[in-house]
Amino acid sequence: MQVDHAVCAFCGCDCDDISVTVEGDRITKVKNACILGKAWFFNHARPAGLPVARIDGKSVSLEQGIEESARCLAEARYPLVYGLSSTSCETQRKAIALAEELGGCIDCCTSVCHGPSGMALQGVGEPTCTLGEVKNRADLIIYWGSNPAESHPRHMARYAVTPKGMFVPEGRKGRTVILVDVRQTPSVRIADIFLQIKPGKDFEVLWTLQALVSGQILDKASAESTGLTMEQLAELADRMMHCKFGVIFVGQGLTQTRGKHFNTSAAFLLVRALNRHTKFALIPMRGHGNVTGIDNVLAWQTGYPFGVNFSLGYPRFNPGEYTVVDILGRAEADAALVVAADPVASLPAKTVKHLDSIPMISLDTHESETTRNAHVAFTTATAGVHVEGTVYRMDNIPIHLRKVLPSEYPSDEDVIGRLLARVKELKSC
Amino acid sequence: MDKMSLILISGRSTKQGVGISTGKDHPEYREATNVIELNPSDMERSGLSDGELVRVQSRFGIVDVSCRRSDIPEGMAFMAFGSPCNRLVGEETYASGMPDSKHLNVEIMTLPVQGS
Repeated sequence: MQVDHAVCAFCGCDCDDISVTVEGDRITKVKNACILGKAWFFNHARPAGLPVARIDGKSVSLEQGIEESARCLAEARYPLVYGLSSTSCETQRKAIALAEELGGCIDCCTSVCHGPSGMALQGVGEPTCTLGEVKNRADLIIYWGSNPAESHPRHMARYAVTPKGMFVPEGRKGRTVILVDVRQTPSVRIADIFLQIKPGKDFEVLWTLQALVSGQILDKASAESTGLTMEQLAELADRMMHCKFGVIFVGQGLTQTRGKHFNTSAAFLLVRALNRHTKFALIPMRGHGNVTGIDNVLAWQTGYPFGVNFSLGYPRFNPGEYTVVDILGRAEADAALVVAADPVASLPAKTVKHLDSIPMISLDTHESETTRNAHVAFTTATAGVHVEGTVYRMDNIPIHLRKVLPSEYPSDEDVIGRLLARVKELKSC
Repeated sequence: MDKMSLILISGRSTKQGVGISTGKDHPEYREATNVIELNPSDMERSGLSDGELVRVQSRFGIVDVSCRRSDIPEGMAFMAFGSPCNRLVGEETYASGMPDSKHLNVEIMTLPVQGS
């Protein structure tokens, strides 16, 4: 059997043109996917070989797992719900309802990837467009602090660099591609121009460009402390102002470096200034397949895109206070529910130490450092392989996931739904 | 060798990205995340060779990984996202929610001889 238009939900490209061949209970062929997408399909189709639920490593029934998890969460004074970047919007909606019922905090992987971009767009406004507009219109593509060749391998071929578009009929020849980074990455090969800036100087380069675009006179020595010459900076500003449709794709090189939301604010402000001259947009290069989805679902349910607290019975937002690294770093949370994420492997050591000291409940499709350390670990089906659902592409376009294979495991949505129902019962006692 | 001070950048690599799906216990993932890439001149100056185990230390943690030459600029180092590089990251977010995962000041040194 062949399933066409399957969606690879590994990264924020969410490529929806994948053809998957299924023989029996196995995926035997994956067409159109990149190396990351092929690994995602083949390995998520492979049975996890784990019990549906475990308590302290021992196999238990799903019901026993739900009961123990609900008890831990309902008894907690400050529970944290975290992750949600690699699961469906339907699951995310139920996880938010659970966090609200618990009166705890809910945060997602956004806070440690593009949280600073979210903060910047709240402060400045979001000059955005879809990847379809990029493909059909953009003649200047800038990747800033991003290495798409390794993080989003089809981004360039499917949307931004090589495809022929309605107003870019020559495809690659009709576009200028610029890479700005502190090091040469494999993405340099696709770029016409590589601008290597000094580490920690992104803000200064972006602010200088904004000044140039706005016609300000600059001190040469200050501008050149960034690692670029005044001529390079002036040429880049000129290219930006005189393109027909430009796009900056912002990577974690901006958000995870000193300056964080000031860096991304500077990028948004530059794009705002450029729109006085031409059409320009900015799109964050979102990493996980539905990290954009959790931002959207949280925003439409609570008004805020990440780091939301329900302690007072209504949503409050404060990065640095209600975000995962801060809550765990200050040892505030006394229970945690981790959905489709691996914080034990991806968060700083001190936060992991606290996570290890509190009851942690995990939902994941395969074993990870987090599931191994969890008090209760549920094994779940993969959204996009075993269950349908909705994800949001990095440009905020919702995409429907197809089911390719059956699974013996429940979906994340099912487990969270049961947890929510049981927590409500316990809270009403 | 003396301690060598470098700026550590972390990020995605293809092998690390594939390893997220194949499994984090897979040897390829472990290899991808347990290596620090250094500039050849920095390695030469410090007498390090490809594959040699080094100790990487930040204000927040210590990890022992192997080193490998790459085209990273002098004075900088690169590690793929994963447990080892996150052990070097602190929990301070400066009211942003985001820790300093990139542009981290680290020191590289050879492993102490056991028993000394």
